[in-house]
Amino acid sequence: MRNKIPRVPVREQDPAIRAKNFEEVSYGYNEAEAVLEASRCLSCKNPLCVPSCPVSIQIPQFIREIELGNFKEASAIIAKDSSLPSVCGRVCPQESQCEGTCILGIKGEAVAIGKLERFIGDWSRENNIRFTDKAPANGKKVAIVGSGPAGLACATDLARLGYNVTIFEVLHEPGGVLQYGIPEFRLPKESVVKTEIDNVRALGVKIETNVVVGRTVTIDSLMDEEGFLAVFVGSGAGLPKFMSIPGENLNGVVSANEFLTRNNLMRAYDPEHDTPIYVGKRVVVVGGGNVAMDAARTALRLGADVTVAYRRTEKELPARVEEVHHAKQEGIIFRMLTNPVAILGDERGWVRGIRCISMELGEPDSSGRRSPVPIPDSDFEIETDVVIMSLGTSPNPLIASTTPGLDTNKWNCIVANDEGQTSRPGIFAGGDAVTGAATVILAMGAGRKAATAIDRYIKDFS
Amino acid sequence: MYKILVKRDLTPIITLMEVDAPRMAKAAKPGQFLIVRAHDKGERIPLTICDYDAKKGTVTIVTQVVGASSRQICHLNEGDSFTDFVGPLGLPSEFIHLSDEAVSKMRFLFIAGGLGTAPVYPQVKYLHSKGASVDVIIGAKTKDLIIFENEMRAVCDNLFICTDDGTEGRKGLVTEIMKELLEEDKAKGSVPGHKKYDHAVAIGPMIMMKFVTIAAKPFEIPLIVSLNTLMVDGTGMCGACRVTVGGKVKFACVEGPEFDAYSVDFEEAMRRQTMYKSIEIEADHKCNIGLDKK
Repeated sequence: MRNKIPRVPVREQDPAIRAKNFEEVSYGYNEAEAVLEASRCLSCKNPLCVPSCPVSIQIPQFIREIELGNFKEASAIIAKDSSLPSVCGRVCPQESQCEGTCILGIKGEAVAIGKLERFIGDWSRENNIRFTDKAPANGKKVAIVGSGPAGLACATDLARLGYNVTIFEVLHEPGGVLQYGIPEFRLPKESVVKTEIDNVRALGVKIETNVVVGRTVTIDSLMDEEGFLAVFVGSGAGLPKFMSIPGENLNGVVSANEFLTRNNLMRAYDPEHDTPIYVGKRVVVVGGGNVAMDAARTALRLGADVTVAYRRTEKELPARVEEVHHAKQEGIIFRMLTNPVAILGDERGWVRGIRCISMELGEPDSSGRRSPVPIPDSDFEIETDVVIMSLGTSPNPLIASTTPGLDTNKWNCIVANDEGQTSRPGIFAGGDAVTGAATVILAMGAGRKAATAIDRYIKDFS
Repeated sequence: MYKILVKRDLTPIITLMEVDAPRMAKAAKPGQFLIVRAHDKGERIPLTICDYDAKKGTVTIVTQVVGASSRQICHLNEGDSFTDFVGPLGLPSEFIHLSDEAVSKMRFLFIAGGLGTAPVYPQVKYLHSKGASVDVIIGAKTKDLIIFENEMRAVCDNLFICTDDGTEGRKGLVTEIMKELLEEDKAKGSVPGHKKYDHAVAIGPMIMMKFVTIAAKPFEIPLIVSLNTLMVDGTGMCGACRVTVGGKVKFACVEGPEFDAYSVDFEEAMRRQTMYKSIEIEADHKCNIGLDKK
């Protein structure tokens, strides 16, 4: 009989205090809490959680090992399928994946699979546990474009199969969105991101930073001149969208990408770094996704009063419930059914406010969500110093435009099948570069599938 | 790490560095730029590519001390390394797509302001190597800000120099010399054997490019400018470099840095450059635009 206790709560930093710092919000489980939570798992014979994990982690097995106190064994089980447990335990939308299908969730609360995964990831780091077993080196070279979740997952699997893998990263730090996008208070860079990337390096994966594929080198030059037999493109969706409304180029209007990159990758919050960032006294964030929450909570921590303007209702917010909850706890104001129509400037060309229109929900659109419709003559103004546009991102066209024969669709996404095969033999792609902006774990799943396909392609080829 | 193989002071406040960057040296083309970080807590600073040598595997940059970040760069010595050195970024100049034969028949006019002489140099060198006729105007505030005079003279047909204070070359502005050349060009238009300017390029402080554009307009000569906007990543990710060109928003880092001068909204571009200047300077309304102004 399993332990019929309620889900073990996770300790968090007090909202009033954390609103003023960049330290992590959630403390995660300690050993006793993890063992207790693990004792709730039913160890289903046909677990529903595993198929709903994009990288198919053997969830009941690793949880069983936690319950027995065998943390190293739990770590080994996860390592077979993921090199980023500390990352995924923190940023995966578990509520709509593994935990969303947990049987316990039907009548009560699902097992806290994400928190347990995080516990194992963190425990492994603190105890210097690392799994570097791999097949003997086969000397065959594979190039990976982008060191985000898709590229890291693909590199991990290929390195374990014995390939000689080089990741090319455009920025000066590896990690992609883990580095530039997700803030420190959700995903610590030095302890978590760097350690898990070092684990990938420990498998023999080389990471060359500051290489712009499409400018410094091309995919064809990597294959023709540098001897790479296959290339995986995991270049993400990094291009910010704007609204094309009046005033968008005023001083004080920034994309969420710029704002977060300054603060995360460039550490603007740390006085020791040279990076400037501007929040003024009041900030309006436009959008309702996880990136909007990250931007809003970052601006708050930098000292601004923050309002999130979203054109639908709270029910439709694309951000994770946990992130919205945290944002509200910290004092962020949400204005629903609010859509900007113009950004207003002062005589010097700086933002002074934003004119919005009230919306109501109409008929469901193609995504199944009810589309917002403006209410005539309902314009109103919100005074603000800064507007952060968080309307989503699309893939950078640079790689496709410099790789002849690599097909893209009308959204600039690279066309690839379920295994990552693109229109060009030897070139594979996955993650946001193919799907448009999605999640860390879906990108990792795509990277793993492509690794299998690349292995098969190279074996057939030689 | 990207080692500084050669460091040479061009003037008391302008420094040239030849940096070991083989991949970039092989890929660089006229019109492109790069981004450096001088140390691991430093900003990402966009700089123009001033020269490149694929055989030696080096890329040359020129830096002028204008603030903390450029001072950090200039304080590095031969044998030191840049933490990061990434590029080439941006689109190459459009003329590289023209055939050698077409280029060899063309005549170009370049207008370089201060440090803008650095990115002009590889363009002139390229065009000269293809047999084009090239005239160059270099202007700066004072003698200490004139760079590449000899190098430029070796790759162009006629070189004109002016300074605001008359300490070198003619006393005056680049726009004055440009107007004279274009007027002369227009007057000689029908003289047999005279080769008219086909194309002009202006690179320098935003304010200079604005006035060159205004002055060139009546002559109806195609004019390209290279916009030195704010940037973070330089690859299209952040949008800090947004400029309005022909009524449309463009990202200078990936759709530029070179644009048709007559379509650029210079007022907006100059205002956007001041986004992170300190609040006090803003309040004083002191114009800090331009590479050659402290």
